[in-house]
Amino acid sequence: MTWLPGGGERRWAIAIVLALAALAPLPLAGPRDDVLNFVFLVLLSITLAQSWNIVAGYAGQVNLGHAAFFGLGALLTRALWTSGAPVVLAMLAGALLATAFALLIGVAAFRLRGAYFAIGTLALGEILRTTVSNVLPEISTLPAASIASYRLAHRYYLALILAAVSVLAVAVLASSRLGLGMRAIREDEAAAEASGVGALGLKLIALALSTGLAGLAGGLFAYYHISYYPAHPFGPQWTFDALLMTFIGGVGTLHGPVLGAVLYVLLKEYLAVRWVDFHLLIFGALFIAIVLLLPGGLVQAAARARRLVTPAR
Amino acid sequence: MSILAQQLVLGLLIGGLYGLAASGLSLIFGVMKVLNVAHGELIMLGGYGAFWLVALLGLDPFLTLALVIPGALLLGVGLYWGLFGFVVRADEETRVKNSLLIGFGLALALHALAVRLWTADERSVPTPYGGAVFTVGPLSIPAVRLLSLAIAFALILTLQLLLTRWRWGKAIRATAEDWQAALLTGIDVRRAYLLAFAMGTALAGAAGTLVTIGYSVSPSIGLEWTLKALIVVVLAGLGSMLGTFVGGLVLGVAEAASAAAFGGPYREVIGLVIFVVVLVVRPRGLFGR
Repeated sequence: MTWLPGGGERRWAIAIVLALAALAPLPLAGPRDDVLNFVFLVLLSITLAQSWNIVAGYAGQVNLGHAAFFGLGALLTRALWTSGAPVVLAMLAGALLATAFALLIGVAAFRLRGAYFAIGTLALGEILRTTVSNVLPEISTLPAASIASYRLAHRYYLALILAAVSVLAVAVLASSRLGLGMRAIREDEAAAEASGVGALGLKLIALALSTGLAGLAGGLFAYYHISYYPAHPFGPQWTFDALLMTFIGGVGTLHGPVLGAVLYVLLKEYLAVRWVDFHLLIFGALFIAIVLLLPGGLVQAAARARRLVTPAR
Repeated sequence: MSILAQQLVLGLLIGGLYGLAASGLSLIFGVMKVLNVAHGELIMLGGYGAFWLVALLGLDPFLTLALVIPGALLLGVGLYWGLFGFVVRADEETRVKNSLLIGFGLALALHALAVRLWTADERSVPTPYGGAVFTVGPLSIPAVRLLSLAIAFALILTLQLLLTRWRWGKAIRATAEDWQAALLTGIDVRRAYLLAFAMGTALAGAAGTLVTIGYSVSPSIGLEWTLKALIVVVLAGLGSMLGTFVGGLVLGVAEAASAAAFGGPYREVIGLVIFVVVLVVRPRGLFGR
């Protein structure tokens, strides 16, 4: 097991994958559809948050155009799958498109540092969203035959696999030389370059991995929804969701985004019953508090609390 | 031909508001190195302030500026004390990044709050002289929007005068130039920051009022206006408020021209494309002096 991260991260990786495996028999128990839908949303959110975590948490590049890659994955997957391709192949093609686009713009975008990269990618995402909503203004609905054969359990298992893949990908990355180089760039890019880390190459690798996973998550979105506007998955709220979940849980950690995703979806679904979008007020405020007071998110809060209760050795 | 000219005139008219929207962002970023991405949401709040004053008190829409501007000034003071004042303690790079994140959280919270308070519907305010139009040759110019442009220009001029003539205005510019040197000459840098942030917020409030009068306001206009302001700041650079105003006019006209060339829906795209290209060609942005 040398490829697994050492220490705490290895334990977290094993714990999360075991927890995901425990969710596998759920559809067999024949629960209500809303339970299955809820777990599906949590799993999709874990994948989305984890994908953003790679480029922002580990490589330190705050990508505010993440939705563009989620959207590209959804776009191509939907097109290929509805015209007859197997869904897994369609999703892989969607991920490939997202990654290819990311590498295309990455070389230019990574000339921007820090906040300039953030607002540059935000603008790129909006360009893509506006263009897609102009070119494809019609709602995309599955044909009647597909609706008749729709099985929620299929979506559920794909989501489960994807969430596990994303957690394992981050776990492997975190322990590898690549991950070490990325963290060096995050802490101090100039110092990393001076010690022989090829910053541009590593940032491109992080972006490729991150956008590939986002593309897969987008493909899952396209496979799951019966009808949606093609521009919807390009909307900035997907970026914002990923950012909130990752930061609230703990940016740059393996288990933080998972924790953040579970909490976020729980509160969102609970509050949506009475107050649409009210969760954003709470999470917006929580997010500000975390940036100001607790940059490590809930994971850091838990570590501090643990240090308080365990006596000093 | 006259249709194109008409489009360009309308582009010029909204361009003045782009300039006004950008001036506040430019002032705050130039002085504090704080990038407040909730600027568009502050504009939105200003718009709803005007909407309320008209709906509840029956004020003339343009007169609401007399209340919205001081209100936004106070809001700016509160936001500085409560949030952005903490960010300026860090070094410059952390400052930009953290302010971006805080602004982002603030934008989400304000958007959700606005949906709670005013619902997601679009609102506009009726003006008693709303339909009045000046006709110049083949062109027709809506009086309300022309007045808005004039007010925007007057506000920018006032700001420019404040920054060049007023004691504290000079202190703000000195702080923008080099805060350490400013500190050494005895300038209260923290107060200069506070003033710059409050004035920037007041400008956002004024811009929001004019947007609501000439067009409409809804909780979701924030991101769009933040992007417009960012585009103008990148185009015009920092340091000159008149330059920012001209940058706004240029963006308005460019949008109108691209809408005429590629069709209406693409008017939003041109500005973003300009923005990305400028950023990539000059990675530090035209933000740098």
